[in-house]
Amino acid sequence: MRTRPRAPAGLLVPAALAVALLVLPFVALVVRAPWGRLTTTIASEPVVEALGLSLRCATAATAICLVLGVPLAWVLARSGGWAARVVRALVTVPLVLPPVVGGVALLMLLGRVGLLGGPLERWTGVTLPFTTPAVVIAETFVALPFLVIAVEGTLRGLDGRTEAAAATFGASPWYVLRRVTLPRALPGIVSGAVLAFARALGEFGATITFAGNFPGATRTMPLAIYLTMESDPEAAIALSLVLVAVSLVILLALRGRWLTGVRA
Amino acid sequence: MTATRTRTALALLVAAAAALAGCSSAPGGTDAPPGAAEAGGDATAAPQLTGEVVVLAAASLSEVFTGLGERFEQENPGVTVTFGFGASSALAQQVRAGAPADLLATANTSTMEQVADLTGTPEVFATNTLQIAVPAGNPGGVTGVEDFADPDLTLALCAAEVPCGSAAAEMFAAAGVVPQPDTYEKDVSATLTKVVLGEVDAAVVYRTDVIAAGDAVEGVDVPEDVDVVNDYPVAVLADAPNPEAAAAFRDLVLSVVGAEALEAAGFVVS
Repeated sequence: MRTRPRAPAGLLVPAALAVALLVLPFVALVVRAPWGRLTTTIASEPVVEALGLSLRCATAATAICLVLGVPLAWVLARSGGWAARVVRALVTVPLVLPPVVGGVALLMLLGRVGLLGGPLERWTGVTLPFTTPAVVIAETFVALPFLVIAVEGTLRGLDGRTEAAAATFGASPWYVLRRVTLPRALPGIVSGAVLAFARALGEFGATITFAGNFPGATRTMPLAIYLTMESDPEAAIALSLVLVAVSLVILLALRGRWLTGVRA
Repeated sequence: MTATRTRTALALLVAAAAALAGCSSAPGGTDAPPGAAEAGGDATAAPQLTGEVVVLAAASLSEVFTGLGERFEQENPGVTVTFGFGASSALAQQVRAGAPADLLATANTSTMEQVADLTGTPEVFATNTLQIAVPAGNPGGVTGVEDFADPDLTLALCAAEVPCGSAAAEMFAAAGVVPQPDTYEKDVSATLTKVVLGEVDAAVVYRTDVIAAGDAVEGVDVPEDVDVVNDYPVAVLADAPNPEAAAAFRDLVLSVVGAEALEAAGFVVS
């Protein structure tokens, strides 16, 4: 173990404040939780339904993020020039956009009278808003940038010599990608997928704007929490604890990768 | 007191006739709490008011109250009126959490009752009724309440947790219709937006929302015998930092001037 220089004491105060800001709200949540009726609230049918929907939609969104996002990250990592810079900037827009704006934009594109949604409805009779696929699309929209950025960072960190060596020995580009690049980028892909899943699980603004809110079809946990807060704040606290617990379980399950970070 | 009262068609007609005749019975500042300024009912008195007055009001009141706020600031140059508009239930939560506000106006009486220990005596200043909103041209061919049972139509309702949703549920129960909505929106503005954008064939909102939405939305009347009347109460908060100005603004809302502004927006003042 190398010994590191001690952090200046002056940094400890803002650092402690940062920890307090991030942790104390959860402490308050636990303190104010209605422990007496916690189990009945959590086990109630609407909550189980919303949690199940949340997990299914977030899983589907993560899968789409992987299928679309890893190739995009690979292309971005391997190309320079202004085109790649423009695409990279565009990809990060949903990161800085308020999610509700994303929901409005999705409605303009895929809504019943939207740019693509209008023709879609006329030709096939299919409308997306107020359906479970709309939830998955909204979650994918907000989660995809997280995966792309994480995976691209990892791919850029890999040096190209191993791949060049494999190619020298006659491996096809596909073989190099499958057997050399992807295995080495796996930690980045996993942490990107976890980030995307967590973001999808917590999605609220784009979902309620684009997909609406209907039990069993589009009412995910964040929507259920928001609406329960209007009528029964104690129950909303209980539901919030469920979502916190689910998120913690996911993070702890991948603790090794998280604490060690992404190693190139 | 119940959240809402279903009145007879006759009572509505009488109220509307009385309002049209200009004989509004809205009280002036006669029952201001002790210690409050002697603000006149027409809100032209009390020039000594100063400071900021924070008014929390239901989203459906935003246009009327914004207009009344400008008038109030003109008449009381020392006062700044700051509004917080939102779902009544959310506003009650804010009051419960200690928001530094002076006046609260909600879209139904039950929400006001939730914070009864934190307010002065509430006074009803207006009522609002429900109406079916359809996109311009009525693409779904919606003619009445029973169309909400049609699973082929795309329909939006307010969530039952917010006042417009509970009022709609009451209306459907009275009409004996089991609605088949596709979405329960988080507040009445979100519900109306889905109609304005043409994403739904119909939604149940307040009459005032249909008027405020202009040409993008058409209204389909609900039969008066099943319509739900929401009372809008206003109350000065017990811990109001500026109770004098709050009482004066409340008196403006309850005055003839306030009644005229409310009626222009589609409210009924009895």
